[in-house]
This record gives sequence, structure tokens and C-alpha cells, in this order.
Amino acid sequence: MTALLEITGLNVHFSLADGDVHAVKDARLSIREGECLGVVGESGSGKSQLFLAAFGLLAANGRATGSVRYRGQEILGASQARLNSLRGGAVTMIFQDPLTSLTPHMKIGVQITEALMQHRKVSRAEAQARAREMLDYVRIPESARRLRQYPHELSGGMRQRVMIAIATITGPDLIIADEPTTALDVTVQAQILEILRALKTDKKTAIAMVSHDMGVIAGLADRVQVMRQGEIVESGMADEIFYAPKHDYTRMLLAAIPKADETPSPATAIGAPLLAVEDLKVSFPVKDTNFLGALFGKTRHLRAVDGISFSLNQGETLGVVGESGCGKSTLARAVLQLLPKSGGRVLWLGRDLDAQSDIRKLREEFQIVFQDPLASLDPRMPIGVSIAEPLKALEPHLSRETVRGRVRAMMQRVGLDPAWINRYPHELSGGQNQRVGLARAMIVGPKMLVCDEAVSALDVSIQAQIVELIRELQAQTGLALIFISHDLSVVRRLSHRVMVLYLGRVVELAPSAALYTDPRHPYTRALLSAVLTPDPRAERAKKRELLTGDLPSPLDPRAQLTFLKSRLDQPDYRPRLEQVAQDHWVAEHD
Amino acid sequence: MRFAQRGRTLIATGQTLKAVEEVKGRSLWVDARRRMLKNRAAMAGIVILALVAALAVLAPLLSPFAYDEINYDIIACAPNWWPAEASCRAPGHIFGTDSVGRDLFVRVLFGARVSLAVGLVATAVSLLIGVLYGAAAGYLGGRIDALMMRIVDVLYSLPFVFFVIILMVIFDRNFILLFVAIGAVEWLTMARIVRGQTLSIKQKEFIEAARAGGVGPLGIITRHVIPNVVGPVMVYVTLTVPGVILTESFLSFLGLGIQEPLTSWGVLISDGADQMETATWMLLFPALFMAVTLFCFNFVGDGLRDALDPKDR
Repeated sequence: MTALLEITGLNVHFSLADGDVHAVKDARLSIREGECLGVVGESGSGKSQLFLAAFGLLAANGRATGSVRYRGQEILGASQARLNSLRGGAVTMIFQDPLTSLTPHMKIGVQITEALMQHRKVSRAEAQARAREMLDYVRIPESARRLRQYPHELSGGMRQRVMIAIATITGPDLIIADEPTTALDVTVQAQILEILRALKTDKKTAIAMVSHDMGVIAGLADRVQVMRQGEIVESGMADEIFYAPKHDYTRMLLAAIPKADETPSPATAIGAPLLAVEDLKVSFPVKDTNFLGALFGKTRHLRAVDGISFSLNQGETLGVVGESGCGKSTLARAVLQLLPKSGGRVLWLGRDLDAQSDIRKLREEFQIVFQDPLASLDPRMPIGVSIAEPLKALEPHLSRETVRGRVRAMMQRVGLDPAWINRYPHELSGGQNQRVGLARAMIVGPKMLVCDEAVSALDVSIQAQIVELIRELQAQTGLALIFISHDLSVVRRLSHRVMVLYLGRVVELAPSAALYTDPRHPYTRALLSAVLTPDPRAERAKKRELLTGDLPSPLDPRAQLTFLKSRLDQPDYRPRLEQVAQDHWVAEHD
Repeated sequence: MRFAQRGRTLIATGQTLKAVEEVKGRSLWVDARRRMLKNRAAMAGIVILALVAALAVLAPLLSPFAYDEINYDIIACAPNWWPAEASCRAPGHIFGTDSVGRDLFVRVLFGARVSLAVGLVATAVSLLIGVLYGAAAGYLGGRIDALMMRIVDVLYSLPFVFFVIILMVIFDRNFILLFVAIGAVEWLTMARIVRGQTLSIKQKEFIEAARAGGVGPLGIITRHVIPNVVGPVMVYVTLTVPGVILTESFLSFLGLGIQEPLTSWGVLISDGADQMETATWMLLFPALFMAVTLFCFNFVGDGLRDALDPKDR
């Protein structure tokens, strides 16, 4: 069989203000018809640039040399017209961010049919019909109505499905999927991968799957290539790469993925009670979005956190897990008094935080690390100043030298070179910036640290390093941790107990061993089955308990009863927590 | 993508320099300055503006004539080098003379003084009021914000010329009034811009991080909000100055501005327009100076915008 796409000796250079960057070095790969090739590497390894260069989509300051053959024809340096007829027709692409790759002012239907009418001679009516078929194929419910909606009306997972629909409607030979699931929740990721797998088996479409996560590739790829700093370091059949990796780098990538059977090993022993949260509620006012509603409509309340209670002891780690929109970040902010709550109490060492006259004095005792390492640092401040900021604010009596000394010591502890004290966030990588965020939180010596999706924005390999660092810091200081994530496998390594949230309420709270071996709630089971493992055979064989569709709107009072359909006649009913074993609580469900 | 890669190469150099104590960081300002220096149009704009400003400041030294020195022997005479036919020539007056025989060169430079002064002072006034007002409204938020911005809306809806005429009638015409009138209008836009920027910066995660770190509201405004607002504000300032110069010339054109014998580019252009057919130079030189100056300001503003937020290009 001849190769569909054959790349040989491809080099990509970028000329930047700081000099030339050799982004892709002598890359060589081929994709046969109907085959899935996984390309794995950390961010910056050049894996995306490789494919952008192959299809003439490099940024203006980049240049590519070498040879790219599509069905035997050279396409590197081919004319724009030739490339345009290829792109979107026979070769299509799916990008990471489904919001920015859809045009915001055009309806979904128009965007889907546009690709088809550009490349195939079909009538408008026929194109419409095909678009509906495609939406059904990618499992978007109510496809007829969706065609008339705009991108912002759909959730992230829906938009990515629309992107897949656009990419497949022309019946391409090859789909290039560039980190198609990285921006999505694990449950949605599992759904998207399911669709891609179906594409490969039903339509015999070849897929080039680019990802930083070996787990994502495992169930899909026939062959795998591993890239590092622009070079392909290892390539082979999927089973060889996963079960007998030869290169150290491949082994490192595989080791970074949290194992499904790994026993949770929290670093510290549990001490005295520290924090108690009782029936905490946070709601946001929402107005109707139409014109008259905005003027005269009555304000409704979106209950982001709807009655959550838990406690946390010294040295304990509580994992908090749930999909985007389940209120986990709101919970963290309300506990830290960064957001006003609408009901309930937060007790810190037995004192009600509402009764504290100056909450700022207490900030020394609880700190937070944010999700986006770059956004949470002031771009105009050197990292040393950012790290020192809480110290200066909370202990203003310290001298300049003392502050500087403590900043340097802290930088060393989180694995940053103290010589970088004057560097700016944009000069560091994501993982390094997250270390800065950790240093800033730890410098005042808090008793409790909240990690709000602190590793979700990072590559899998960097995730593992940061989790390890947090664990070390916890072991050294006996810190209590609230570790928030949308991925059950990430919290596993650290947590004593895990709390699963669904639409602002707890659905299951259990010691981690019990939760992972004996999940009781259907939602917890769905989250667990969505977790990917770097084991191609197991992944291919796995039967998933997938949730279908999207998270229901939290404004709909019946949404809380998704797992308790028998009570739908009482829309205001809230599932109660029931104790099923020692410390193991599960919300009522059918 | 480009940023990530640039960051990475720098880290590489950082590691090789480990022996050196405290690597000096490259702040966003340094980056912006480098981009600005590479922008030829903007740099040319700065050079020309500096030249015009120097001419305006040194005006009395550059010409043997005073700006109000009337000479009835040479009314509306062309300069010696004027290529077209003219009724009379005035040797030594390189831009010719005006309709009462004053030297046009020195008057254009004195006009530059007034025009640039009005531009800079009115902009400075609008900057001061606008930034304070806008940052306060944006940061305080809620009802206070709503009230403050409705006041701005009301002021916005006053017809500008009408407003100036009323001021002139009440306070009589004077130079200071011109600053007041223009400043009173220009700060509104500045306040809106600063408020918008403050609102968007207030949402940023690093502000929340500062709050979690125990930094108070004053600390957040001075340490985080203002430094991050400065960029867009600076850009707007460079675009306000030419706007103000135009407004002044418009008022002068209507006879509401500067009084004789003092002059501004607007007055000169207004006078020149009357004599356009018989004495073209009287319109040409002030108009040329003004056009070039405005052009340069816009180039500089544009260059600053590109230098300060390269992502928005």
C-alpha cells in the first residue's frame, strides 16, 4: 500500500528577534490510508509546527524545507490554489481550541455547509441535509435546531464536535487532529475520542493525532511517533511504544501518566481539625439575555454552590473533582473569602470567618494556587516581586533584605534558580510559572493550601513534577490541601479523601481507596471510566460508561435530579447524602 | 506560539548563564521599546516632532523679525524663491508675509507654540481627570460606577461648539478658557477608556491572586491596575494631542480661539484661506506644518500601540 502522506527531511525554522529557532529537525513520517498515527511530545516539541508546515500554514516568520508528498505528489511549496483545494477537502484539521476555530458571528449550519460547498459541487439544500446528518453522526442532539445556533451558544465539547463535523463533511482521506481534547473535561474528552475512533473504523479515514498525553493516543493510534525538541526520537507500532519503549524520553512520558491501579499515598498523617464548612451556598444573579428580559425581567439565581459541607484536618488532602461548571472553583473562592457567600458558615480553627473583622490578617494561614500559571502572575512584575508580594502585604515590618532572602530561599525550595529573581513571567515556561505561583502561596507559611486546577493547564509530564513538588512541600510543612481537578486520576496520588461534585452539590465523599475501588454513584463511575490509561490493549477493549450529552443547565431546578429520575415530579427535591460505609457518603440515586 | 518559543530560547540562555548572579529580566517595557525602535515610521515621527518642537521653542532666535512686527510696505508679499507670479516680493522673509506685512515664518513657529501648548496642556488635563475618574469608577464598580458613568454620558451629549460659545459669552474670550473648554470635553473619552481597561484588569486572575495574598485595594490599584493601564492610555494620549490641536484650530477658524496678535495654526490657516487665490503661501505653510505634525503624532501613536500590545495586530 502506498503512503497517503509522506514527509521526508522536513526542517522548520523560525526567525525571531532573539535569533533563529530550529523548530522541526529533519522529520520523517508517513501515514497510510485509514491508519491512525499518534504524534506525541511536550508543548514546544514542534509537533504542531510539523503539520502546519506540511500544509503551508506556517506563520510569516517560519520557513520549511524538505519534502512533503500527498499521494505521491509534492505539496511543500505548492501554489496557494493547489493547497486550498487540498485543505478542507481531502485533508482537514481539528484544532485545540474549539471556540477560536469557529467564526463567532456565523451560524453553525453555515459554517458546516461552507466547507462542503467550497470543495464539492452540491446544492444548498443538499448541503443542509448533509450537515444535519453530520451533526447526528457526531452525536449532537437536536441537530436541526443546532444548525441555527451560534458558536457561543454551545458548550466546549459541542463546539469541538461541530469542528469534527466540519472536518469530516467533505469525506477527507486524512484528518489532522491537533490536541483536539486538551481543552476539554475528561468526560467530554472520552466522548470525542469515541467519535474519532468511529470515524476511523466506519469511514476508513486516516487520522494524525497530535497530543502531549500518551493516554489520549493509546486507544486510537496504530503507530506512534515521539517528538522531543523538534526531533523524532522514537517511532514504531503502538504496542511496541507502549509496552517496550526504547528511548528514555518515551519512558518518561509514560511514567508521567497517573496509573489507574496506583495506590494513593498521601504524604502526611492527619492531625487536628482545621477547617469546617457547613451548608455553604454561593449564588450569582442572572438576568434573561433577551432585550426585554434584561430591562424588566426578574433576576434569577444561579446556585453555583448549593449546600456543601465538609471538614478538613491538619495535614489532610481533600481531592475535589467535577466537570467544568460544577462549582468547584467557586467553592474554593468562597472558602477563602474571595467571593461573598449567600448562605452557610465557614469555620477556621473553630472561629466563624464572618465574625472576623479583618480577613486580611488571616490570609497568612490559607493560600491558593490558580489554574492558569501565566494569567495569575502580573505580566509587568518580575517573578521575585510577585513572590514577595504576600509577604510584604502581610508582614510589612520585614526589612528588604529579609524579604529578598526569604524569596530566594523559597525559589530554591520550589525548584527555581534564585538567579531568576528578576525574570518576567513571559520568559518562563508554564511549569516554571506554576512553581512561581506555588512559591508565592507558600512564602507566608500557610496552614492550608487550595490548588484550583493547579496542574490542569500543564503537559502531563510537567503535571507529574508539580504534583510531586506539592507533595514534597506538604511532607515538609504538614500543610492541609484542597486539591481541585476535573480529572480523578490526578487527585489520586495526593488525596486522603475525595469529594465528587455535580452542579454545586456533593454526590460522593469517600476515603480515596474506597472511592476508586468501590465507587457508588453513577456519576463517579462515569468520571472513573473516562480516565485514560497508557495501555492500548486495555483502552481498545474498555467498555465505557459514558455520560451522553452535556451538563444540564444549572438554572434548571430539575437538573439536580439527573441521577434521581424517580423524583422528577418534585422539582425542588435535593438528593440527600446517605452513609454507605465508614466515612463513605453517597447522594441518593436511582 | 511565537511567544512560547521565544521564552524557551531565553530559558536556554538563562541556564548557560547560571554562574552569573541574578539574570536580568526582560520586562514588557524593554520589549515594547525594542519594537518601537524598530518601527521606522514611528521613529521618523518622533524625530520630526522633536524638530518642530525645537523650532517652536527657538522661534525668536531663528528669525530677525518679531511675530507682531507690522510692516505696511510689504503686505501679502511672496518670498523671494516663490516660483509662481506674485504682486510683490519680500526679501528675507522665507515664508513671505501676511496681510498686514508680518513675517509668516516666525508667525508659523509662534503658532506652533500655541497649538502644541494647547495640545499638550489640554491632553495633560484630560489625562489627569480621566485616569483618576475612570480608574475610580472601574475599581469601585456597582452603583458608584453607574452614577459616575451616567454623568459622563450627560456631559458627552452636550453639543461642543454650543458649550464653548456659552463659555465665551459668560467668561469673555480668553486663552485659559480654551484649555478649560477642550480639556472638559477630552477627559470624557479618557475616563471611558480607563474605566474599561480597569474593569477588564479587575477580572484578571493575578488581581485575585493579590487579594488572596492579602494585598489591600489601594495596593492593588497602584501596584497592579495602573501599571497595566498605562499602555493603552499612552497610546490614547498620543492620539488625543492631534485631536486637540485640530479642535483648537477649528475653534480659531470660527473666531472663538486665540486673539491677535498671538496666533495659532488654526488662526493662520483661517487667515490664509481668505487669501488663498492671491497669496497661496499664507495657507500653504501653516497647513503644511500642521498636517505634518498631526501625521507624525498619528504615526507615533500607531507605533506605540503596536509596540505595547503586539497581540492585537
